[in-house]
Amino acid sequence: MVVLQAESEVAAANMLYGGAACGKKVMTSSSSPGVSLKMEAISYIAGAELPALVVNVVRGGPGLGTIQPAQSDYFQATKGGGHGDYHSIVLAPNSVQEMADFVELGFDLAFKYKNPSMILSDGMIGQMMEKVELKDFKPRLTEQEIIEKYGDWATTGKTADRERNVTTSLELQSELQEQFNIKLQKKYRELEANEVRFETAFVDDAEYLFVAYGSSSRICMKAVEIAREKGIKVGLLRPITLYPFPKKELNQLADQVKGMLSVEMSAGQMVEDVMLSVESKVPVEHFGRFGGIIPSPDEIVKALEEKIIKG
Amino acid sequence: MDVKDIIKEENLAYKKTKVLTDNEMHYCPGCTHGVVHKAIAEVIEEKDIQEKTIGISPVGCSVLAYNYIDIDWQEAAHGRAPALATAVSRLMPEKYVFTYQGDGDLASIGSAEILHACNRGENIMVIFINNGIYGMTGGQMAPTTLPGMPTSTSPYGRDVKLAGNPLKMTEIVAQLPGTTFVARHSAETAGAVRKLKKAIRKAFDNIDEKKGTSFIEVVSTCSSGWKLQPDASNKWMKENMFPFYELGVLKDE
Ligand SMILES: Cc1ncc(C[n+]2csc(CCOP(=O)(O)OP(=O)(O)O)c2C)c(N)n1
Ligand SMILES: [Mg+2]
Repeated sequence: MVVLQAESEVAAANMLYGGAACGKKVMTSSSSPGVSLKMEAISYIAGAELPALVVNVVRGGPGLGTIQPAQSDYFQATKGGGHGDYHSIVLAPNSVQEMADFVELGFDLAFKYKNPSMILSDGMIGQMMEKVELKDFKPRLTEQEIIEKYGDWATTGKTADRERNVTTSLELQSELQEQFNIKLQKKYRELEANEVRFETAFVDDAEYLFVAYGSSSRICMKAVEIAREKGIKVGLLRPITLYPFPKKELNQLADQVKGMLSVEMSAGQMVEDVMLSVESKVPVEHFGRFGGIIPSPDEIVKALEEKIIKG
Repeated sequence: MDVKDIIKEENLAYKKTKVLTDNEMHYCPGCTHGVVHKAIAEVIEEKDIQEKTIGISPVGCSVLAYNYIDIDWQEAAHGRAPALATAVSRLMPEKYVFTYQGDGDLASIGSAEILHACNRGENIMVIFINNGIYGMTGGQMAPTTLPGMPTSTSPYGRDVKLAGNPLKMTEIVAQLPGTTFVARHSAETAGAVRKLKKAIRKAFDNIDEKKGTSFIEVVSTCSSGWKLQPDASNKWMKENMFPFYELGVLKDE
């Protein structure tokens, strides 16, 4: 394994771009301000269709913000973040176990789709101590195995038996650039059809629904318990992939519940995707604390009562 | 004697290296880029390292260098080629990795990446094409633009009080312990190209010997950007660029 401390997040992410183009498993990690700097290279990696893994342990912003946990980088992570029409595959762990597991999942998806993956964590999951079971070590693929499994695109040196491999995101002819973008969009539709991951709890008899990911989903589990003690039948849907987003599942649940509360440590970002999924079938509201504040389960239950039930 | 008798393999005085593709270059007449591409390609052929060489092309007029030199290439973001090269060389230490960068790319937006790559002594070659301007985007002032030199964004000449003085990147990187070979060349005559090729060969040899970063500046012209005929550009370069950017080997360890 090669490990290098780069001079900046800009350089680190561009090293990732270079390493990805060699067909190697490459990852980089940072917290929000650093990830903003990585966006340049992430856009190039998406444009050059290369696999790579980025980890963002989110802190509150904007600007230098705070070093406390937040979920305010949802837009940046799921909607592209850098320039151009692209998406990273975004995985949202809610335990230390998943922080470990999603590294492998992130790489698998990145190679399968030749696309950047991102683990979107937060300062709470990122600093928590929990028991972790590490899976058996899998030896990394050889150059030949990568070619067999994922295709012969890596820049490992042009041998006599093939054309030169060029990794680039440049196509100056607009007609061809449009064709390339159509191809990218096809890939995103495939991701949306095949790679949505989510988890539900207490939804069978639910009249209301919390939608929450990462740390917020753990706090919401407690809020579900408190609410149910009070006789409020609430369940939880936790998106595990934030992109692709569990649109269909939320839309179906909207036929069952009377309202949904998107609980995020942000001023309301994922709530927009929940609203789009639900297509105005039921009221959708947002509750969040931000700037590094973590909401309490009681606050969340109170918000459900005030914003949705009384609503 | 018929033409057929003359055009024969044994009468061939010059042959294009196989490492250059047959693609027609997009460069303007008189441009230095094509000459330097050819020099690099010839050394790759002479050293027989086509299968082991990976180039990193920049943003600038030479962004499409991958269309001309028949090796594997990565196309970097503006200024970031040394970061990509760092990864490629560290992940595949047995390969010959080089960046090819303009002066806007290397000395301005990519100044951090090049300094740190050289300081870490990455085992790569850097080719630095200094034509004193941002050629591709319309001849704007670059960090390398000479004092008083007119450009599209300094039509009355570079005012150093306003824009600062030109950066001599080659002198700067020569001070760093990570660099092993630092030289400034040109490519306007056959003799100059010969010297340049020798430097490129040395740089590739240094990669063999894992000696650290080899950095070769090529003082270049940009006829279109300078708004001069190619021959007048060469004259202008010799009279104005050479006294400021002195040719020669700055470091050879
Ligand atoms: C981040 C970013 N900023 C600006 C540009 C626009 N741009 C394209 S080429 C170029 C100038 C390159 O000049 P130089 O490196 O000197 O190369 P030359 O064309 O002179 O060979 C610029 C600024 C870009 N592509 N990306
Ligand atoms: Mg230039």
